[in-house]
Amino acid sequence: MPDQPLLDVRDLRVSFRTRRGSVTVVDDLSFSVSPGEILGVVGESGSGKSVSMLAVLRLLTSPNVTVEGEVRFRGRDLLTLPDKEMRAVRGREIAMVFQDPMTALTPVYTVGWQIAEQIRAHEKVSRKAAHARAVGLLSDVGIPDAASRANAYPHEFSGGMRQRAVIAMALSCGPALLIADEPTTALDVTVQAQILDLMRELNAQGSAVVLITHDMGVISQIADRVLVMYGGRAAEEGPRRAVFHGPRHPYTWGLLDSVPRVGGSRLRRLPTIAGMPVAPGSLPEGCAFAPRCRLRHERCEERPVLSIGSAGADVGSGADAHRDACWLPDDDRASLRLTSRSAATDVPDLEREATP
Amino acid sequence: MSASTTSAEVLLRASDVTKHYPLRADGLSRHRKVLRAVDGVSLEVRGGETLGIVGESGCGKSTLGRCLVRLTELTGGQVEFDGRDISTLSTRRLRPVRPGMQLVFQDPQASLNPRRRAGDIVAEPLLVHRYGDGAAVRRRVAELFDVVGLAAAHLDRYPHEFSGGQRQRIGIARALATNPKLIVADEPVSALDVSIQAQVLNLFADLQEEFALTYVFIAHDLGVVRHVSDRIAVMYLGEIVELGETEALYKEPAHPYTQALLSAVPDIDDGTVTDEVARERIVLSGEVPNPVDKPTGCPFRTRCPYAQERCAVERPRLTVTASGRHTACHFPLVD
Repeated sequence: MPDQPLLDVRDLRVSFRTRRGSVTVVDDLSFSVSPGEILGVVGESGSGKSVSMLAVLRLLTSPNVTVEGEVRFRGRDLLTLPDKEMRAVRGREIAMVFQDPMTALTPVYTVGWQIAEQIRAHEKVSRKAAHARAVGLLSDVGIPDAASRANAYPHEFSGGMRQRAVIAMALSCGPALLIADEPTTALDVTVQAQILDLMRELNAQGSAVVLITHDMGVISQIADRVLVMYGGRAAEEGPRRAVFHGPRHPYTWGLLDSVPRVGGSRLRRLPTIAGMPVAPGSLPEGCAFAPRCRLRHERCEERPVLSIGSAGADVGSGADAHRDACWLPDDDRASLRLTSRSAATDVPDLEREATP
Repeated sequence: MSASTTSAEVLLRASDVTKHYPLRADGLSRHRKVLRAVDGVSLEVRGGETLGIVGESGCGKSTLGRCLVRLTELTGGQVEFDGRDISTLSTRRLRPVRPGMQLVFQDPQASLNPRRRAGDIVAEPLLVHRYGDGAAVRRRVAELFDVVGLAAAHLDRYPHEFSGGQRQRIGIARALATNPKLIVADEPVSALDVSIQAQVLNLFADLQEEFALTYVFIAHDLGVVRHVSDRIAVMYLGEIVELGETEALYKEPAHPYTQALLSAVPDIDDGTVTDEVARERIVLSGEVPNPVDKPTGCPFRTRCPYAQERCAVERPRLTVTASGRHTACHFPLVD
C-alpha cells in the first residue's frame, strides 16, 4: 500500500515492576495499521494483546509500569505527547471499546447523557445539539426508538444494547482508529453477528479498526490483516487469507486446529497444544513458544525474529508481507504442519500440564 | 461418537419438566409475574450417549441441567433416572441415588472451595457417601487424580495454585469420584483458553470411553457442542425447539432458530471449507424476549423470518416430521 500507516508501533516493550522483579509482558512488538483497514489481533490469555493496546493509548498509568518504544500515530509519537494533547487524541482520534460495556458506562447517568458528554468534551457544541447527536448515533448503531432509549440508564439496556451504546459513544467524534478489545466475547452468537456487522459498516465509513479477540472465527470473518501474539511477542503477521490458508507458525497451527468447527469433518479427538499458555515473567530466552512446540530443535534456544520467509518473499513487502517468528525451514511448513497435527491428535496420555 | 444408540436403554427421561420462578409483585398490581425458565421440556438420554443442550444466555439450559439431577425442585413434570422417578423422592430417599449423577460446573474457580486442598475436595463426595476408611479414600483420590491427568504430587495444593484447565480437571475428578453413570456438564470449557479447551474436551471423550459414561453437555458454543454430542437439543426461551442427531441437525436444521443460530457462528475460513458448507447468513433482528413476558404461540415468532399468523396463536409442540426430525415449528424447514 502506498499510503503511510495510520498507526505504526515500533519495538513496544511493556514491563511491570513486581515484588519478584521486573516482568515483561509485551516484548519488542512492532505492528502497523493502515488507514481504513481492520487488523485482527489474536492470542490466548496472557499473550499481551490487551496490554499492548492500553500502552498505545497510554492508559497504563501505574508508576510500576514502564512503556518503551515508539507509537507513531499520524506522524506524532504518542508516547512522548504532552498529557493534554494525548487527551485530545483519546476519544477523538482513537476510540476504544472494551469487553464489558458496563465498565465503560456509569450507572448513574442516562446513556444519552454519557454520549453527549463525550461529544462536548471534544467539541464546542451546545448541550441540546450534543444530545441530538447522541440520539442520532444510538439510532445509527441500531437501537430502536433511540429518542426515548437515550433517556434510559445502562441497567435498562441488555448486554448487546449496551455494547451498541458504547460503540455509539466511540463513534461520536468520528475516530480515525477504533480499538475494540473482545467486543463480542460476552455476547450471544446472534448478537455477536449484529455487532460484527456494525463494525464492518463503521469500517466502510473510513475508520480503521484494531480488533482484539481470542476467537479465530471472528478474525477470519472480519479482519484484513492478522497479528498472532504469543508470550507478549508477535508470532505471525500477515494478510488474513495468507495467515488462514497458509499459516506458518506452529502456534497458529495449534490455534486453528484445536477449535472444534461447526462444519467439516468431526474428529474424535481434537489436536491440542501441549502444556498451557506461558505466564509472563517465565518467558524462555529463546522462542517463547518452544516449550509447547512439538517441532522445537536446538535453534529455538535463540530468539527468532519476525521476518518474511523465503517462501513468502514473492508475496510482497510492507503491509502485505506475511511474516513469522520461527526457525523451521521455510519451504515445507505445510507438510510440517501435518506431521505436527497428527502428533497433536494421538497423544496417548492426558497431556499432563506443567505446573506453574 | 458412538454409532447408533437407538437400541440403548434410556438412562434419563424428562417429561414435561417446568421450572417457574415467581417474581415479586411490583406493588401496584396484585398480579404476580412468573419467570418461565424451563417451560415444558421432554427429552430422553440414552445410556452411553452424549446429549448436547445449546441455546443463548437465558434460554434455560442451565436450569434444565439442574432440574435433570434435581439440584433444584421442579415446578411441574417428572424426571426419571435409571428407571426411578426422582422428582418426588424425599431428600433422604434421594441420597442413595445421587452418586449416580454428578455435575461439572462452568467456573472451576467458583465451584472449588478456595480454603480446601485439591485432594480433600475430590475426597469429599467419597466421605459423604461413605466410600470406605481413610486409606481406601486416599487410594481412590490418587487414582482419580491419575485418571484426569493431575500429578499425585499436587494433592496438597490449593485451587489457586492450579491453572484454569487443571482446576477443571479437579472438578471432573470430583464428579467421577462416586462412579456416576450420568454427568451433567454445564459449560465446562467456556472459561478456558482454546488450547486448554481442546485438552479438556479430549479428556471428556477419553473418560466416556473408559467408564461408559453418559453425558448431558450444556454449552453455548456450537462448535464445542457439535464436537462432543451424539444428539443435540436446541433451546429457546425455556423450550426445546429442535432435537436431533448432531450431523443431521447441523447439515440441515429443521427449525428456523437452529438455522439462524448456526448461520451466526463465525466459522474459520482456512481454505478447506467448500461452498457446500458455506451457509447463507441470517442475521436475526432484535434480541431474545424476556422470559417473563413470553410471546404467545411460538416463542421464536417475534424474531422468525418465516413467522405467519398461525405462529402467534398456536404454540407448536415438539413433533416428528416425515423424515424423522424432531422440531417444534408449524413450518419446519425440513419435511
